[in-house]
Amino acid sequence: MLRVIGSRLVDAVPTILLVLTLVFITLRVLPGDPALVALGDYATAEQLALFRRQMGLDIPIWQQYFVFIWDMLTLDFGQSLINRTPVVQLIGENLPYTIELTLVATGMGLVTGIPLGVMAAVWRNRLPDTGVRLFSLVGYAIPDFYLGALLLIVFALNLGWFPINGGGTGFLDRMYHIFLPALTLAMVKSAFIGRLTRTSLLEVLGRDYVRTARAKGAREPRVIFRHGLRNALLPITTGLGLSLLATLSGSVAIELVFNRPGIGEVLISAIAKRDYPVIQAGVVVFAFFVVLVNLLVDLAYSVIDPRIRVR
Amino acid sequence: MASRPLANAGREARPADGRTAAPLLKVADLTVEFGRGLSPFRAVNGVSFEIPAGGSVGIVGESGSGKSVTSLSILRLVPEPPGRIVGGRIEFEGVNLLDLPRSRMPDIRGRDIAMIFQEPMSSLNPVMTIGDQIGEAILLHEPLSREKRHRRVIDLLNRVGIPDAAGRADAYPHQFSGGMRQRVMIAIALACSPKLLIADEPTTALDVTIQAQVLELMKEIRATTNTALLLISHDLGIIADVCERVIVMYAGRVVEDGDVRSIFHRPAHPYTRGLLQSIPRLRDDRRRLYQIPGSVPLPGTVGEGCPFTSRCPLRVERCAREMPPMFRFGDQQTAACWVTAGVEASPAEVRPPEDLADAASPGPMP
Amino acid sequence: MAVDREPVDFALPEEPRFAALHRLFAGRPATILAVVVVVLFVAVALLAPWIAPYDPLAQSYLRINAYPSAEHWLGTDQFGRDVLSRLLYGARNSLIFGLISPVLAAIVGTALGVTAGYFGGIVDRAATRVIDLLLAFPELLLAIMIAAALGGGFWNVVFVIAVAFVPGFARVARASTLAVKQEPYIEASVAVGLSTRRIIWRHVLPNISAPVVVLMTLWVASAIRLEASLSFLGIGTQPPQPSWGNIIRDGLGNIFGSPWPIIGAGFAITVVVLAFNVLGDAVRDLLDPETA
Repeated sequence: MLRVIGSRLVDAVPTILLVLTLVFITLRVLPGDPALVALGDYATAEQLALFRRQMGLDIPIWQQYFVFIWDMLTLDFGQSLINRTPVVQLIGENLPYTIELTLVATGMGLVTGIPLGVMAAVWRNRLPDTGVRLFSLVGYAIPDFYLGALLLIVFALNLGWFPINGGGTGFLDRMYHIFLPALTLAMVKSAFIGRLTRTSLLEVLGRDYVRTARAKGAREPRVIFRHGLRNALLPITTGLGLSLLATLSGSVAIELVFNRPGIGEVLISAIAKRDYPVIQAGVVVFAFFVVLVNLLVDLAYSVIDPRIRVR
Repeated sequence: MASRPLANAGREARPADGRTAAPLLKVADLTVEFGRGLSPFRAVNGVSFEIPAGGSVGIVGESGSGKSVTSLSILRLVPEPPGRIVGGRIEFEGVNLLDLPRSRMPDIRGRDIAMIFQEPMSSLNPVMTIGDQIGEAILLHEPLSREKRHRRVIDLLNRVGIPDAAGRADAYPHQFSGGMRQRVMIAIALACSPKLLIADEPTTALDVTIQAQVLELMKEIRATTNTALLLISHDLGIIADVCERVIVMYAGRVVEDGDVRSIFHRPAHPYTRGLLQSIPRLRDDRRRLYQIPGSVPLPGTVGEGCPFTSRCPLRVERCAREMPPMFRFGDQQTAACWVTAGVEASPAEVRPPEDLADAASPGPMP
Repeated sequence: MAVDREPVDFALPEEPRFAALHRLFAGRPATILAVVVVVLFVAVALLAPWIAPYDPLAQSYLRINAYPSAEHWLGTDQFGRDVLSRLLYGARNSLIFGLISPVLAAIVGTALGVTAGYFGGIVDRAATRVIDLLLAFPELLLAIMIAAALGGGFWNVVFVIAVAFVPGFARVARASTLAVKQEPYIEASVAVGLSTRRIIWRHVLPNISAPVVVLMTLWVASAIRLEASLSFLGIGTQPPQPSWGNIIRDGLGNIFGSPWPIIGAGFAITVVVLAFNVLGDAVRDLLDPETA
């Protein structure tokens, strides 16, 4: 099994390089002239030249590439154009908020979604199933920022039960501030996970070994959980990975809605203010997380599925 | 050859082997329907047979004959939508299983009646060790300590011929070959020493050589325990090898029921004759293989009469109208046919039943 | 003697061809409703300039943050602009992005996928690696990252959304192409001497159209959603041009003034996306039952 983990880790290296390359192409090659994009149409030639020199854009592109890769790998993100704080620090301060939001939201989504999915599968085509499917349909369609805004209006503004903005300090306060944003993301998540659980479980319950289990004399609960859900965990895990990433991307908008600190908020305001180094760093951080989550899902698979784990 | 309809058309036949003991399993007039709406079709239509304690019975038939559904019905494993048991009785040791509340069935499954299926590759849970899966079969019915359970598992693995049982108990199904997995399935089935073992096409998915091994195992088990066996197959050869009695099914009905010798030497039903005729013989390789003309009727297209009518060379007008009852042909054999029973005369030339196993080169069916 | 397995679940007999189309709608009120909504949406979007009661950009300091009334059915925002009119023009905006981007993505993605699938070898492997990588990213994240470089504005948004969808199309096109490539008539075409381009155009493309069409329907919904998200974040349609996304954004800044812009715009997005999703599912059931 260690061998499997090892080989996955080794595989991750070219992936990271590929990701960084794509980011580089996006940031430096696509826009034509990053200096123009950053400074706007009214910048003078000198301003543009100065910018290029500061940002290291005046050396040949292939050299830029290697400098870029090196900088990113050593976390040398430079300084913010706006207030000269080291970008690493900016990221370090805000990242925890985003991570905690993502984790709490995913946890809430799992805890509600899986039971919903099981109920929908077991009472297929009856009321719980229809309810869950309806919930899923709406959950897929509603934009998370809209749901967040609605919750904000109802629970924070009108009822005053929750704070309107901020991240909070100290553990309890942070949990208090996290609740509505996490709930927003979690509702959409549980719709997705619920539907996925339902589909996977139904598919597994149709398999031959479930019939064997019943023929052995196992009662329904045992069949559903020990034989059904246990095997449905595999596709659910992949879905979980996707869901985690979706939560991550959703957190960007949610941070905006609830005025929460976080990486998304940093990136978006950097885009608005054209803070080039921060934009670069933000994009790389997100890209890195995507690779990380995919890696974790892969590893989880090798743990859960004995067909991979044991040769 | 004397032939007269049985009282109640075969529903209360005397036990075939002459013992007056009650049969272990008695299926009476079982009817199973599939599909919703105005015209559900009957996969199993008034099927009746018996299995004596310790006996071995085989059900033979083509796809669509209803043989698998029949076997699933005994344990009430027929998927409830779209299937439905609509009539009949299934008496196990005198108790009608169809009358029991559903919650009682898991007690019987695995303990009194066990079943193995056709696809060993997919019939085992891929994420549980086989030791755990066999252990589960025990755990569900008997409160043994973990120690004792483990020993019983090893014991069972040895009995079914898995080498290095102690080591293999911790392995996963994907590490075994098809034949081995089927042995594991048999081990699971035997875990609680059931009185009846139902085997639904257990060797169809296996290589011929492995097939022979698994059949040997089943014969050995029968010899050493008193487990009754119900073997379902499309292959007459396998059934002849392992079983004492044969039940021939066609399109949801039983058409012939007799001991193996009689069926093979003097098949009474035209369908059975056709099946036997189709078995290729070594001396016969000059001719084309015989095939019963036509094909199995689509589900739902069979009417009130004998379902084999359209393909039967002996058919008369009454056959399409009215399903014949089971007529007695000798002590151990019954079959449902107007013509062979002598009740109706067929315009086709009726060859007297001959000992087909001894025929030098049987000609085509009349 | 037949050696088929005996099926335990019995398949129902085959239906005639148009019964399937009938089945799409009959007994499925959801699908009918979805079609109605979609038609309404398209109609509104196309007719917006004629049916909007006010100019969506017209500001008026006399009527700021008015609640819904007879003159302004959904009230006004903090600049005195009529919310309903802005929503109607927002529909137009969404329709444009919802159509252009998936079509563009479909064309580019199909071209890439077919090329990779047909020619195979190192081209295929490299392309697959990149496609898989891009697919690992959630669409919104990918869109944000590209928009980060390019900024907002109409053509940028079209580009960004299209790029977010290209990998999905490419993968489907590639898979279909691989399947079709195995077919004997392709070998026959090559043997007869048809040029590669002709083979692709006349034989490969028509056969992969079904899954691509299914995807398109579902991705109109995604495109609308994505554009709204980008506009909400400020990197999509730029104000004052109305987009359902930036209406919500403005609305958030004005949350103490009037909640109606938010409620209206969000509801519109939800309903339209829902309708397209339902329609997409129904289309998929019809065209591609195996993946349903």
